[in-house]
Amino acid sequence: MSIDLAQFLPTFLEESYEGLEIMETGLLNLQSSEDDSIHSIFRAAHSIKGGAGTFGFNQVTEFTHLVETLLDEMRDGRREILKSDIEILLQSVDCIRLLIDADHNKVVCEDESISNVEGLLNESLKSSSTDTQPQNDNKSEKTQSATDAQSWLIDFTPQPHLVQTGNDPLFLFNALADLGELEIVCNTSELPAFSDVEPKELYLSWQIKLTSSDATEDDIREVFEWVEDECTLEITLLTNDATPNVQEDEAVNNETQEQDPEVQSTQPESEQSSKQELAEPLSPNTITTDTNVLTTKPQSAIVGKDKASPAKAKPDVGSIRVGVDKVDMLINLVGELVITQSMLSELGNDFDLSKVEKLTSGLDQLLQNTKELQESVMRIRMLPISFAFNRFPRLIHDLSIKTGKQIELVIKGEQTELDKTVMEQIGDPLVHLVRNAADHGIESTEVRLANGKSAKGTISLNAYHVGGSIVIEVNDDGGGINREAVLNKAIEKGIVEPNSSLTDAQVFDLLFEPGFSTASEVTDISGRGVGMDVVKKNIQSLGGRIQVESEPGKGSCFKVNLPLTLAILDGQLVRVGTEVYIIPLITIVESLQAKAELINRVSGNMVLYRLREDNVPVLPIYQLFNLEAQCTEIENALLVVVEFDGQKVGLMVDDLLAQQQVVIKSLQDNYQQVDGISGATILGDGSVAMILDIPGMITMALKQAQVAQKATVNNNVEVV
Amino acid sequence: MDIQSLAKDIPSQGEQSLEGIEFINNAEQYLTFVLGNEQFAIDILCVEEIRNWERPTQIPNSPNYVKGVINMRGIIVPIIDLRMKFGIGQCTYTVTTVVVVLTIEVEHKSKVIGFVVDAVSDVLNAEADDIKKAPAFGGSIPPEFITGLVNQDTNVVTLLTPEALYKIEKHQIDGCNQ
Amino acid sequence: MPKFLIVDDSNSIRQMVSFTLKSAGYDVVEASDGLQGLQTAKGENFDLVISDVNMPNMDGIELCKELRKLSSFEFTPILMLTTESSGDMKVRGKEAGATGWLVKPFNPDKLLATIKRVVR
Repeated sequence: MSIDLAQFLPTFLEESYEGLEIMETGLLNLQSSEDDSIHSIFRAAHSIKGGAGTFGFNQVTEFTHLVETLLDEMRDGRREILKSDIEILLQSVDCIRLLIDADHNKVVCEDESISNVEGLLNESLKSSSTDTQPQNDNKSEKTQSATDAQSWLIDFTPQPHLVQTGNDPLFLFNALADLGELEIVCNTSELPAFSDVEPKELYLSWQIKLTSSDATEDDIREVFEWVEDECTLEITLLTNDATPNVQEDEAVNNETQEQDPEVQSTQPESEQSSKQELAEPLSPNTITTDTNVLTTKPQSAIVGKDKASPAKAKPDVGSIRVGVDKVDMLINLVGELVITQSMLSELGNDFDLSKVEKLTSGLDQLLQNTKELQESVMRIRMLPISFAFNRFPRLIHDLSIKTGKQIELVIKGEQTELDKTVMEQIGDPLVHLVRNAADHGIESTEVRLANGKSAKGTISLNAYHVGGSIVIEVNDDGGGINREAVLNKAIEKGIVEPNSSLTDAQVFDLLFEPGFSTASEVTDISGRGVGMDVVKKNIQSLGGRIQVESEPGKGSCFKVNLPLTLAILDGQLVRVGTEVYIIPLITIVESLQAKAELINRVSGNMVLYRLREDNVPVLPIYQLFNLEAQCTEIENALLVVVEFDGQKVGLMVDDLLAQQQVVIKSLQDNYQQVDGISGATILGDGSVAMILDIPGMITMALKQAQVAQKATVNNNVEVV
Repeated sequence: MDIQSLAKDIPSQGEQSLEGIEFINNAEQYLTFVLGNEQFAIDILCVEEIRNWERPTQIPNSPNYVKGVINMRGIIVPIIDLRMKFGIGQCTYTVTTVVVVLTIEVEHKSKVIGFVVDAVSDVLNAEADDIKKAPAFGGSIPPEFITGLVNQDTNVVTLLTPEALYKIEKHQIDGCNQ
Repeated sequence: MPKFLIVDDSNSIRQMVSFTLKSAGYDVVEASDGLQGLQTAKGENFDLVISDVNMPNMDGIELCKELRKLSSFEFTPILMLTTESSGDMKVRGKEAGATGWLVKPFNPDKLLATIKRVVR
C-alpha cells in the first residue's frame, strides 16, 4: 500500500516554524536549568527532527540532531546551561529555519552560517564531560546477504512475563509468515500442572522452521525486535537440502500453533533476573534503522509536489488557525439568519398591508444579523498582534549584544487583534523601528549613568485599538531626538531651506525623508538610513500613518496607526454629477460649505481655500475625472477636506450622502489599475461605486499642476 | 439566457456524434452577434452570460469605449462597447442592446469582461477548413483581433479572438485639466 | 474493526500515523498529549496504543505506566514512537510496560508492516 504523505507537508512546515518560535522564546527565557522551558525547547527540536526525517528533509534532520543532543544533555542535567551554549542554540534556530527552506525547495543550503554553527555545536558537544555515545553508527551490519531462497531454524523461548508487555507470540508468527513458509513446533514441556498455572504467564517455547524465504537473519531478528530482551532467540541458517534439526517432540502436530499461548503454563522465573536482562545493553543489531529506505519514498512524493509550485523564497502557508469560539459564533449567527429568513419568507406567503410593521421589524432583524455576520467573518481573519511581536525578544537580545547596551523589552497589548494581511506587512517596518530605537534611541550605559538614568534602557511595544484602527507604539526611554541635529542635517542635505521655521512634528517628519540619516556613524544595525522612508511608505500603503513624539533626555515614541482590516472600509459617500464615490473616512478632516471670501486664486489655475491658518488646495473631482458635474463654481461648492501625509486637500463634490462600511473589491481583477481609484464596492442597490484613492488623487493633481506650469513657462518663452 | 446549454441542444453538423459524447467533430461553435450591419462571432466556450444593457458606473479617465463597470453577482465587470472600439454602427442603447460577458484567459488569469453589441443572433458551427484568412487590407478592425472569416449563406461572419479583445491599451490622462 | 489510540503532540506526525492507519481500515482515535491520551483510554478500549515519548503534560513513558495500571490495558500492545533508536529509551519504555517501539522517521508502509506483530 502506498500512502502519499505530501499532503501533510504544510502541517509539518507550519508546525516546524511554530516549533522554532517556541525554541527561540524558550532559549531567551532560559536562565537556569531549573527552568521548565528546556523541556519544551527539547520537545520542539525533537518534533522538528522527527518530522524532517519523514519528509526527507535530510539537512534539517542532520543539523537538528546535533541541537537535540546538546539539548538532551542540558535537559537531563548532564550539562550546565551556559550563556555561550544558548547563543549557539539561538543561532542554530536560524540555521534550522534556513535549512527547512532549503530542503523544502530541494536545494543544498550553502549559507556559511550553517557550517559555522555546526562547528560550534560539535565543539560544544565534544567538550561535554559526559560520554555521549555516537548515536549515528548503530546501523546494523548485514550478516547475510540474501540471494536465494533459504531456510532458517528459529528457537524461540519467551520469558513467562512476555505477554504482560502486550506482546503475543501468535502475532509474531503472523509477521514471520510474511517472510516465507512456516512450520511451527510448540514445546509444552515446561507447562505446569493446571492448578499451578498463572494465567498471566507464558510457559511455552517454539521451534520454527522458515522455508522458501529470501529473508536475512536481520529480517528475522527484526520481527523479534521488541521481545529480544524477554526471550532466548537462536537463529540458524539451514542449507537448502538440510532437514530441520528437529527435536524429540517432532511429532507434535501443527495444531499446537493454533492454541492460544496465553493460557499455557509455568516456570516462574525470578523477577530480578528478568530485570537484569532488561538492563543489559542492547546489542547493536537489534536496532535496524533502515534510514535509506525510509526516507526515499516521501522524498519523491514531495518532489512531485514541488514541480507544481516552483521554489518559493518563503513558505507561504496560506491558512489561518481560527479559535473554536469564533467559529461557534459564526454558526450561531447563521442560525439566527436562517430563522429571520424563514420568518420573512413566511410573511411573504400571504402578505397584506396589515403586516407591514412585521415586515419592517423583520428587515431590521435581517440588517442586524447581516451586520453581525459580517463582523464575525472579518474577525476570523483577525489575529492577536503577538504574532508580529513575538520576534522582538530575540531581536532585542541580539541587538543588546551587538550594541553593548543593556536593553529591556516590555510588550503591552499583545492580544490586540488585527487582520492577518496587515499583520504580515507590518512586521518589517516594526523591526526597523525597534532596531532604530535600540541603535539611535537608547544611549550607551555610560551616558545613561552620567545622566542619572538606570543603566538598562527600555524599549516598549504597545498595541491598542482606537475606533476602527489599531495603534502600535514603539517607545524608548533614550535620549530623544535631537531637534537641532535633525534640522541641520536636513538643511545640509538640501531637504529643507535654511532659516525655515518648522514645528517639532515637522522636524521629526524629516526623519522619514528619503536618504536621511542622523547617525554620524553608520552601523550595521539600522543601516544607512535607507529604512525610515521605506517604513513610512509601507505603512502608508497599508492605509496607515506614522507619527513621532520625542522629548529630549526622556525618549521617543513612534506611533503607527493602521486600519484593522484591508477588506472593509468606513466610507463617506459623495456624489459628483451622476456618479457616487466613496471617500475613506479615515482621510477626512472635515466637510464644509465653501465661503467666497476664503477662496484665493494663485499662479493661474491653482485655487486655495483658507482653512484657519492652512491654505488648502482645492481639487475639483469633476475636473480630475472628466465628469459632468452639477456644481462647477467653487464659490458655492461643498468641500471635503482630506489629509494624506500631512498634505490637506479640499475635494469639491456636489453632494454629501451617507456614511457606511463598504467591502473593497478590486478593479484590477477584471480591468486594470485606475489612477485616483483604489477599488470599487457594491452599494445597497446593487450598483457599483468607486472608492477614491486620496494619495493617488493628490499625485495626479500635482502632475497636472506641473504640466500646467510647464505650459505656462513655455508660453512665456514664446512671448519673449 | 444560458447560451452554452442552448448550444448543446443544437445538433452538430459534420461527423456523427458518438453516443453520450458531446461535440465529437472538428467543428468549433461560435456565438454570432451583430454590430451595425456586420456579423461577428466569438468562441462560444468563452461566453459566460448574455445580459441586457444597464447603465454602468463610469471609470474615471477611461477611453470612451470603456463604458464603465457593472456588478455581476458580486464581481466587478468592466463593460466595453465594441461598436465604439471598432467604429461600427450607432452607439445607441436600446432594449435590444445586449452585453455579452466573456471569460478570457490572460496570462494564466481569467478576466471577466462584458462587451456591448447590437444583438446576439445565432450559434455557428465552423470547421477549421471553413475559416478563411481575413484580407490584410481595409476595415476598421485591426487585423490582430481577427481569427478569420466564415461564409454563412450569403453573409460573411468575422471571427474574433477573445484574447485580443482584452488588450485595451492603458489610457493616458489627457487635457482634463483644461 | 481494530481500534487504535494515537498519542502525539506533533500534529503532522499524529495526522500521518492516523491517516495511514485509517487508510488501512483501522479505527483511530487521536490525543495530543499523555494526559489527554490517558483520559481517552479510561473511556474506551483500544486494540493498540501508539504514543510519542516526548510530550507536554504527561510523557509517553508515564502514560505507558499509567495505562498498565488499568485492567483494560493490562495486555494491550503499547508502541512508543521514538526518534532515536537509543537503547536507553527502549529500556525505559520496556520498564514502563511498553510492547515495542517505532523508530521515526515515520514511514507508512513500515508502520503497517510493523504493527502486524501486535495486532490482527
